[in-house]
Amino acid sequence: MSELFEKAAVYFEYPFVRYAIIVGVLISLCSSLLGVTLVLKRFSFIGDGLSHVAFGAMAIATVLRISNSMIFALPVTIICAILLLRTGQNAKIKGDAAVAMISVGALAIGYMLMNLFPASGNISGDVCSTLFGSLSILTLTETEVRLSAILSLAVILIFIFSYNKIFSVTFDENFSRATGTRAGAYNLLIAIVIAIIIVIAMNLVGSLLISALVIFPALSAMRIFKSFKSVTICSAVLSVLCSLTGILVSVLGSTPVGSTIVAVDIVVFFAFMFIGHFKRGAKA
Amino acid sequence: MAQLTCRNLSLGYDGLEILHDLSFEVNAGDYLCIVGENGSGKSTLMKTMLGLQSPIGGKILTGDGLRENEIGYLPQQTLVQRDFPASVWEIVLSGCQSRCGMRPFYSKEEKQLARDNMEKMGISSFAKRCYRELSGGQQQRVLLARALCATQKLLLLDEPVSGLDPKVTQEMYRLIYDLNKNDGITIIMISHDIAAAVKYASHILHVGSEVFFGTKQEYIESEAGRHFADEGSDEG
Repeated sequence: MSELFEKAAVYFEYPFVRYAIIVGVLISLCSSLLGVTLVLKRFSFIGDGLSHVAFGAMAIATVLRISNSMIFALPVTIICAILLLRTGQNAKIKGDAAVAMISVGALAIGYMLMNLFPASGNISGDVCSTLFGSLSILTLTETEVRLSAILSLAVILIFIFSYNKIFSVTFDENFSRATGTRAGAYNLLIAIVIAIIIVIAMNLVGSLLISALVIFPALSAMRIFKSFKSVTICSAVLSVLCSLTGILVSVLGSTPVGSTIVAVDIVVFFAFMFIGHFKRGAKA
Repeated sequence: MAQLTCRNLSLGYDGLEILHDLSFEVNAGDYLCIVGENGSGKSTLMKTMLGLQSPIGGKILTGDGLRENEIGYLPQQTLVQRDFPASVWEIVLSGCQSRCGMRPFYSKEEKQLARDNMEKMGISSFAKRCYRELSGGQQQRVLLARALCATQKLLLLDEPVSGLDPKVTQEMYRLIYDLNKNDGITIIMISHDIAAAVKYASHILHVGSEVFFGTKQEYIESEAGRHFADEGSDEG
């Protein structure tokens, strides 16, 4: 055991490991905040679709040799988020079909571009790390760390200040609209925040696994807690703890960061499901 | 001037008109029941009054000191709410949202208002309970308390007793009647239950193939009403 700690201590000497930890905590914190809203508003598919869009945007950025691909991927993903929300509301093509179209299209074009204009010799390595995040959290530059940190803090602040509005819009959109809350504006805000979260979370877990980071903590918390506030707090805490555990395990065991975090999330989900079941059983 | 005036209103969706040239007004303290067959446009009418949907033609005017965001609303329950993790307190308090404007958090007065309305609806003891674990009647009381936080003047209710058992239905009607009589809150309610509508309401709006608007007495004496009122009394 002490050997492991020593090994961990050695790793913490390196700045890139510390960056990974800081960014990991911030990203997992803000990705969990909107989880409840996403799950309950049936928006989770939008998150999934957007992550593929982000993949396509990242691919284009790589091809164009834009040094910081986040700067390119962020606006593209935000625009797609707004478009998807619009189509979901007054749909000629139904919402989920539109999402499927855009996301699969972005995935295909992204992969094609990366093959046509390879940025490095190792194409499959590039693709794999964009999809699954592999070890990219450890190769973040200081600029990327700073950008991720600023965006995460922005997301957290936006969330805190519109918490009550988000609650009423999520719980009963018609009621809040009828009583004069601009529900449309808040839906837009939610979509933009989701887009930001997805782009920064791509660094941590890769585009295919982002939805897991957003949805698992919320679903776990909902097994046990009964109020919106307690579910939100619990999922934030869970998400941070799971990510920390995941990052540590991956560093010590040399497993891919993204999938390790998701694996921890899955374990916690089943644990919470079991506890929730047990609690309800005890009451009945 | 009336609190709510609908003038030559035409309603519908996707370009399809379902109600044509509808005019009526609601004064402070009225209790209006909107009755009619399924698909006759009752819910569309209510959504239009709430500003969730714009009319094809005509106008809805508010007056008598009523602002557009001072309308309380008791919607039919949605699917989302069935597994929503929210405490009773959080839901009732969210009724104060329109008072906040751009302010992000609730003030002391708003929290007090929420407490008072929970007291009035007899749900104070459930404050910390989870909404989805309550019975149908209790859930309706929670939503009613939330609506009261949004308004002191006008309440719109969309089939408030659907899915409730007969005893709870009577309690619910009583509660709404008391709000109308004791607190002077104007009530506009969609209902399938014509017998109850005739019993409690002061005015009736019947939509469908033939449209009727007038006081309860006029409705009972009208063609449209006599038919339904007879049926209602047969059942009861």
